[in-house]
Amino acid sequence: MGSEGEASPFVRPYAVTGGRTQSHSQLAMEALVTTTARGWNVMHTLVPEYEKVCRLCSEFKSVAEIAALLRMPLGVTGVIVGDLAESGLVSVQQPDSPDGQPDLALLERVLIGLRNL
Amino acid sequence: MAFATSDQGGRRAGPGRDTAVTPVKIVIAGGFGAGKTTFVGTVSEIVPLTTEAVMTAVAERVDDVRGVPGKQTTTVAMDFGRVTLDSDLVLYLFGTPGQTRFWFMWDDLCRGAIGAIVLVDTRRLADSFSAVDYFEDFGLPYIIGVNCFDGKLVHEVSDIREALSVPPDVPVVTLDARDREPVKAALIRLVQQSVSFRTRVGADSKPVSSGIG
Repeated sequence: MGSEGEASPFVRPYAVTGGRTQSHSQLAMEALVTTTARGWNVMHTLVPEYEKVCRLCSEFKSVAEIAALLRMPLGVTGVIVGDLAESGLVSVQQPDSPDGQPDLALLERVLIGLRNL
Repeated sequence: MAFATSDQGGRRAGPGRDTAVTPVKIVIAGGFGAGKTTFVGTVSEIVPLTTEAVMTAVAERVDDVRGVPGKQTTTVAMDFGRVTLDSDLVLYLFGTPGQTRFWFMWDDLCRGAIGAIVLVDTRRLADSFSAVDYFEDFGLPYIIGVNCFDGKLVHEVSDIREALSVPPDVPVVTLDARDREPVKAALIRLVQQSVSFRTRVGADSKPVSSGIG
């Protein structure tokens, strides 16, 4: 592992996910990921990419942030987060838009937040 | 909550926080050099990050072993920023990939979004046509943000509206992507547009058919 110094940093994450680039759970790129107590306790036993995600998400991070900060493609990041969520090692907060767009109550909260910036 | 995290010092792991934080997102579109990244950076509380998606050109024939030598992958990069709106609400601003041929990324970007701001560089109006068309087709609320470089508006707003064939109910605002207040104002205008869009859809009692996605 790592004998080719010039290898793309993208290769290894794909290997770790077994070539999967799509999560079962269709995670939004803005979905928020937080490591659970269980995840925090067992992360040292995980393969490095999974451990890094757990470590990074001690405070919530979006899937997009995880991908950017760990320099992994979005699809692979989604697979890793999906795996971790299925094992209960992270919790995931998907966006609150059941019919495709945020509802009026949520939009009002966004307006208030923007005005208070 | 007393979770022993032994060697982590005072650092708190996730489990201490059980308040759910809701993510929302707004899409910032526009042609190359229209000021998307500047716009995002002006209000983002983090230095804008870049996330990448890797696509294999023409997804079919993936299983074709002979295809390996000719395999083409393209990396699609998107810049984004984050704005915490409240203790339980966080807004992400995603800049669209510059190349409009990556529509598959746009679908992911727009699904669940509040709406989009199409940034327009008046010197290159044509660069914005495809974004406007896309949001019209997608049914995503959007506004036009005319980025006035050096504070100069080269064309009248009415001319820009006409040139872009924007419907009359779509707001066209002017802004300087480097200035926080006009950027904030544009975001507020978009959310208001989204509110009226939702209200109108509700009034027509026409369900938003988002399909399975």
